[in-house]
Parts: sequence; C-alpha cells; structure tokens
Amino acid sequence: MLRQPLTRALKLSSPARAAPLAARTFSAQPPAPEKFEVFIDDKPVQVEPGTTILQAAALVGVEIPRFCYHERLAVAGNCRMCLVEIEKSPKPAAACAMPVMKGMRVKTNSDLTKKAREGVMEFLLVNHPLDCPICDQGGECDLQDQSMAFGSDRSRFTDIHFSGKRAVEDKDVGPLIKTIMTRCIHCTRCIRFASEVAGVDDFGTTGRGSDMQVGTYVEKMFLSELSGNIIDLCPVGALTSKPYSFAARPWETRRIDSVDVLDPLGSNIVVATRTNEVLRILPRTNEEINEEWLSDKSRFACDGLKRQRLVTPMMKDSRGNLTPVEWEDAMVAAARALQDCPPSKLLAVAGDLADAESLVALKDLVNRLGSENTCTEQYFPLEGAGIDLRSSYLCNTKIANVEDSDFVLLIGANTRFEAPLLNARIRKAYIHKDTDVAFIGPKVDLTYDYLHVGDSASIVKDLASGTSSHEVMKRLESAKRPVVILGADQLKTPEGAAILAYTQELALRLQEKLEDKSWKVLNVLQRTASQVAALDIGYRPGVGPVLQDGPKVVYLLGADSGVVSRDQLPKDAVVIYQGHHGDVGAAMADIVLPGAAYTEKRATYVNAEGRAQQTLAAVTPPGKARDDWKIIRALSEIIGERLPYDNLDEVRDRLSQISPALVTYGNVEDNNYFAQARSLAQSLQKPVSGKVDVQLKQLEDFFMTDTISRASPTMAKCVQAVLKQKQSKY
Amino acid sequence: MTLLVRNILNLRSSPSSIICRKQIYTTPRLASDMLLVHRDTRENNAKIPFQFTEANMKRIQAIVQNYPEGSQVSAISMAMDIVQRQIGWIPISAMHKVAELLSMPRMRVYEWATFYTMCKRTYRGKFNVKVCKTLPCMLRGSDIIIQAVVDATGCPVGGLSEDRMFGVDLVECQGACANAPVVVIDDDYYEDLTVCDVYNIIQTLKCGNIPPCGPQSGRFAAEPGCGLTSLLTCPPPPGYCIQEALLQNTPGGDDCNKK
Repeated sequence: MLRQPLTRALKLSSPARAAPLAARTFSAQPPAPEKFEVFIDDKPVQVEPGTTILQAAALVGVEIPRFCYHERLAVAGNCRMCLVEIEKSPKPAAACAMPVMKGMRVKTNSDLTKKAREGVMEFLLVNHPLDCPICDQGGECDLQDQSMAFGSDRSRFTDIHFSGKRAVEDKDVGPLIKTIMTRCIHCTRCIRFASEVAGVDDFGTTGRGSDMQVGTYVEKMFLSELSGNIIDLCPVGALTSKPYSFAARPWETRRIDSVDVLDPLGSNIVVATRTNEVLRILPRTNEEINEEWLSDKSRFACDGLKRQRLVTPMMKDSRGNLTPVEWEDAMVAAARALQDCPPSKLLAVAGDLADAESLVALKDLVNRLGSENTCTEQYFPLEGAGIDLRSSYLCNTKIANVEDSDFVLLIGANTRFEAPLLNARIRKAYIHKDTDVAFIGPKVDLTYDYLHVGDSASIVKDLASGTSSHEVMKRLESAKRPVVILGADQLKTPEGAAILAYTQELALRLQEKLEDKSWKVLNVLQRTASQVAALDIGYRPGVGPVLQDGPKVVYLLGADSGVVSRDQLPKDAVVIYQGHHGDVGAAMADIVLPGAAYTEKRATYVNAEGRAQQTLAAVTPPGKARDDWKIIRALSEIIGERLPYDNLDEVRDRLSQISPALVTYGNVEDNNYFAQARSLAQSLQKPVSGKVDVQLKQLEDFFMTDTISRASPTMAKCVQAVLKQKQSKY
Repeated sequence: MTLLVRNILNLRSSPSSIICRKQIYTTPRLASDMLLVHRDTRENNAKIPFQFTEANMKRIQAIVQNYPEGSQVSAISMAMDIVQRQIGWIPISAMHKVAELLSMPRMRVYEWATFYTMCKRTYRGKFNVKVCKTLPCMLRGSDIIIQAVVDATGCPVGGLSEDRMFGVDLVECQGACANAPVVVIDDDYYEDLTVCDVYNIIQTLKCGNIPPCGPQSGRFAAEPGCGLTSLLTCPPPPGYCIQEALLQNTPGGDDCNKK
C-alpha cells in the first residue's frame, strides 16, 4: 500500500483542498479567518479555526495513529484509533473529527491516550483474523504496524474456542480487487472513495452492530476506472490486488520511481520489481498531476509487459515469415533499406509510447538522410498556427488548477476514460465547489452530472461567435475561472481545424474578460503520452500526405494504432518496426528491432500539460531488446550518418537545444502567444456540420488502448468482466 | 503401544469436543439475522417487476413533498414502509424502484433495508408473528409463548409455515413491557398472553378473522392486573390544598376541600 509522509497532511491543509465534503450550495469560501494558538503535547502551534486536532498535530510533527481518517476523503470518525486526551475534558476525543479550540491543550502521549488506543486496538483485533502470515497486506499493513506501536503486548482474547471470531463472506467485485472481508475493520475508506472520488455508489455497509459488513449487497463488479485505489486505501488486507496476490512481500521488492505512459497525464508511479520482473505498479504522490490516485489501466496493465514481447531482432524470410536473426543482420538490412531509399520516399512514424530521446534520435537520423517525413500517428491540424505555438496543443490550465475552476466545458473529450485522473479532478471541483460541467458530444457517463449541450459541432461555432442562446453561453461568460477542454480526437476529422479554431476563439474571448489575468482557459487534451514531446520536437502530426506518395521505406517507432497499414503501402515498401510489443506494427514489418518498454529505460515523456518527466529503468529489457535511442544511434553509425551523441546526457543536451522545456523535469512552463494563435486561426473558422464523437464511450473501451494494455491478460479479464456485469440486472 | 495410542486419541478427542461447540454467533438467532447480502432466488430477484399501486404512488408523491428541496431521499423510510404494507415484504426489485423514485444510489437503499430489522427482505407469511423475547417478556414467560406460537402456527422460528400463512420472528423489545408477554402480529399488539390465548389468536387468524388486539387478560391497557391500587377517587381539581384566602378565585375549590 501507499505510504505517505507526515508532511502530506500539511500540504493539504490549504483551505481549497481540505474543504470538507459539504452540500454543494454551502461550499462558498469564507474569508481567511484569524489564527489562534493551541498546544499539542505542550508544543504551541498557530492554527486556523476549523482545523482538526489531527491536522494541528501534524503541523508540529506529532503523528496520531488513525485507520478511517484520510486526507482526501470525508471525515468518518468511526475507527476511534485517533483518540487523544484533551486537558479539562472528561473523555478522550477523536482527533480526526474534533476541531481545535483556542488554547486547547492536547496530550497525545498521556496515559489516558495510550490506554484508549490500546483499548481500541483490542476491540479491532477481537474480530480480526490472525492470518498475517498468509495475508498479502503483511509488511505494509496499518493494523500490523499500529498494533505493534500502540497495541497491548498480550491478548486477553481467550474464549476463541467458545465464541470464535466474526466471519464475513468474501465479495466478488471484479478481476482487480480481491476481498477477504473477515479482515475488514469497517473504516469505510473504500465506501467513501467509491462515492466521493470514483463516483460509483456501489459500496456500503449492510446490517448493523456486530453483523455490519462492508460490501455491495448484490453481486456487482466495482465498475470504475479508478477501482484499484481502494487497494491502497484499505488499511488492512481486506482489499488486495488480485493480479498481485501471493506474489511477493513488500520487503522483497525493489521500488523505482517512474512515470506512467498509458494515458496522457503522466501519472507518477512506483514500479515494484523483483528478479528483473515488474510485479506491480503503485501510485506516487504528485499533487500537480495524480494526487495519490492511479487509473486501473496504469496500475494493472503491467502484466502486459511480460507478454507479446519482441525479444530478438527479426526479419522476414523468403516465405514471408518473421524469423529471429542477430542484431547485426537486422541492423545491416535496415541500414541498407534506409540508404537505398530516396529521401522523399522515406517515412518515419512515431507511436503512442515513444519517448523523447528516441523521437529526437529518429528525427535527427531521418533529417540527415535528407527527409523531413517524421510523423506521429495522432493527427493535429496544421493550418493556422498549427503546431508552431505550444499553447495550441497543450492543457494550458494545468491539471491541478482544474479543481479551482468554476465552469468546465468539455468538447468531445470523455475525460473519464481518456484521462481518468483529470476527470477525478473535475469531479472533485464538482463535489467540493460550485463547479458545473457542460459537455458537447455523445451522452457518456462522466461520474457527475453535466449539462449536455448536444453533439453537433456547430454548437462550438455558435459558442465561439457568441450567438448561441444556450444556457452554457451565459454560464461561460459569467464564470470567473472557466476551463475549456477539447479532445484531440475531434482534430482528426476534416472539420478538426475549424473546431480547433472555434475553440481557440471561444477560450480566448473568455480569457480576455477574466479578472485573473494568469488564468488560462484553453486546453487541448492529447490522447497519448508521446504526442506532446513529438510535436515539441517537430514531428508532423498525421501520416496522410506522405502515405499517399507511396513511401519506399517506413520506419515505425512503436506505431501500433493501425494508422499505417500494409495495403496503403506500395508492394515493394520495406517496413522497419522498432518497438517492444508484437502488435499491429510488428505484424506488418519486414525488419523488427526490439526496443524497451517504459519500465525498462530511462526516458523522457512530456505529459498533456507540457510537463517533462522521466521514467527510470526498473528492469532490464528482455532478451536482446535494447534502449530505443541506442538502436537508432547504432543504426546511424551503420548508415554512415553518425548521430553526435553517445550517452543519455548528450541526447538530453540535444533535447534541450530543441526545447529546454523537454529536460526541465517536473516543471511546466506557462504558455503564451494565445492571441497570435487565435488570429492565425481566424481564417479557419468555416462552417461546421459534423457531429462531435468520442472514441472511448464505455468502461469496456477504456482498458485496452495501447500495445501494453492490449497484451495484458488482466485488462482482457476486465473487459470481459465489465461486459458480463452489463448483462446483470444489478 | 496400543494404550499409548489410545491415550493420544483421548487427548485429542477432548479439544475436538470443544471445537464442536464452536459457532459463529452465541446469541440466539433473531429475525434480523437474515443474510446481509442478496442472493437471487425464484421469489426475489431483480427480474421480477415491482410496481406501486396507484394509491400508494399518490401517497409517496405527497410524502416526498413534505421534505425540503434536496432532501427528498429522506422519504426512503416512508416509501419502504409503503412497500411493506403493499406486499408484506420488500423484494430487491422494490428497493430498486424506491431508489429510482427518490433518485438515490441503490446501495443506499440496500443499506437502509439491512439496517432496520422491521424491514423484511424475505416473504414472512400472510401474518408476520413477532414474539418479543426481551427481558420483561422473558421474565413473564416468553419462552413458553414462543413455543406455543411455534406449535400453533406450525412454523419454526425464523421460518414460514407450510401454508405460507405465518412467519414467526423473535424480536427485541416492542415497547409494551407493562403488558408482557407480547406478540405483535403485523401491526396489532396482543398482550398479557397465556398459552391458551396464543392458540385462540392463531386459530382465529386461521379461520380468516382478526382477533381483538390489546391485553388478553381483560384489563384495560396497562392497568394493574389485580384492579386499581391507586387513583381510586377522581383526581382533585386545581386549587387543591391551597391557602383559603387564595381560593376565592378558584371556582369549585371549596367543594374539593370539603371532601
């Protein structure tokens, strides 16, 4: 489970984020009140009114044990583990729910407090099974740790032969979460997460008293794209990871900080490995991106890293079958094909998961061969400002700021499945503040109510020109911090350029009128992790025009989404595929060069808001697979166009020459030139008549979207389970 | 050698007898000890449609309006009660219907239904016989009453009689301790019961009549069983025992003082 330092509670205590779950109408922010002094273990601390004892204690570095309290969820106050003594109070009080009062003196280490904790611990353990040796939570269990620290040193529970412990039947909530409900201590964190963050009200408590149990009552899968987070939230072993069950103990694993690439947000992750095998992926806290959540695809698709891998170079033999060859043969064949190819007939295509280093190496190589045909699979309109201005293809508001917005307009972006954690932010704003959401596109379930404006593209035009009489127009114009998010899927259509132009017009018109001059309205939500870096480096989005020319050599850098297919190419075209999974790209290739997946290389990815982050090598690439940029560098040597970098630092120097933003890890730059982009797009505002559609509509569409998740058996099980659940009446 | 083996067997057999006694709950089974998860059965599954009658629908609509804007879900207890009055119990499809009517998550309705023991989630017979077994009733012989009810209805505790007419539940205090022992049949309280009364009541029900409810011993409400021991005279009117000088303003005060 996810371990958090004490300091996290401090970061969250800013009023905006620590707002309790209140009725939406009551959530207006009061002016900042005056601070006063309280004493925690005789240490004075200045706090704002409304701070709980637990938060005040965190300010002076005193940690109070807790099970049910969680910074990002509503306060429940039902585990009683955080009982502390308050001077002049006859009874101990629950620190998580008790607001501090002026001059209050709290004793977190007194005899009464210790006795209260010991008593609570005893009650919890009365019905908790002693199966730690076979429990997957062992070693990272809050109950284990806290019973060591605060529990009694011996048991008074001697009547086990007569009454036994409470037993609760296990629930089936899908292929990701294993439940052992006897271990449950009723902290209700999972229930609160499901209803507050995930927006799927399927968990609850049934029965009462000692019969109470946590579950779904009916047999029902937890139909959420964020379901895995309840595994981290569970303080005991009641909810554990099904794919990871009985796999390893936490002290056996190596943990490497890395970055997720399966959605465009670049969530921060920890990769747990043992004996060169990725065992599981956990979220790593990053308040700017994923808070401490992780989407199910990012968390559970890691078993796809062990399947369908390209482990050796391959070439097509005389019968057209791919056969394993040595690196040398494959490289020489690839080099010959590239050398013999006229520059105009060379096409390089970058896929979803390509990292910035290999992107820049490939572009440098192709440029040295005299060609400019480096493309990405995802299309982006080149008319107007095109990709020249970074503001036109990024989420300028930034993910964390979305929760401060007061009106969100989604244009053809099903954020729930395209960027689940961005959607979680929007939901957070929706729940805790007065933020309203409007959606243009087909009716989809975003986990919160939204104003459905329609699915016609002309709505965007009407909004941009200000002629719309729809309620959304008024709401947008009166909003103090509006956000407009355009899904990158819309840009693929012939009307994409016009939709982008209208969206820019709308966003800029709103932005000009805002009091807060630093607030950015325009967001274009990319679909893949590689797109922003590729556009930064200068890849041309979309393969259309070059493909029509009939390229002789096609170099696919992990391009697997099927944009380039064999029947679009001339018969004698040579396809070189470099990547890590045997998928669409490798199937049509003549030469296969095995690369490394994101857990196997130190590489740069730029997320949808333009934030460069790097993955670290958690395991070594399987078989003969190699780092992607090194393969291209070696190929350049054989071709005779040696690329001028020999190690990662030198590649990154090259990256910083192209754009310093690519190597300032963790930072995100503010974008400018909105007005210029708008004026360049003015001529593109042509009438539009199409429909706004999204690619991922249902939960089953979410799980398998890229080579890694397509190779993952867990993700396949999820799709099946979701489809099966849809047949059910519950 | 054989002796030794026998000894070991004996040793082993003693703890196993303890294990035989081991059970999950030590308290007797209550009507509320129904499963706290739903299992699809022929009688109770989501495919069986449930509809409120028109009259009940109107009732619910009126009740919902009693609650302030945004708090309509509070009408859940009334809605569930109406379900139970309409068909005698609350099947899962009725819970779904209530959830839909009040636009709340189904789970929140399940939580409500499993929390309250008066909410019957299985069919409990045409007449739901609830026998109180809390201390005052127990001291007044509820054990015998329970047995009598079981014998008279032919229905085991927590089960259904063969003709599906009776369902017998043990319940905690029904709030009529002064008239213990108490049996509640649907909404009617039968108090001051003897075994004979139980047989009579059940027989009357079987014949299709509703026996008169209330104390079966003939006393009025919770008056003492042996007749009144206090309050034998009419209570004195206002002004009783007040200084004479003050009595002028109290009409009728003189009469009472004279008495």
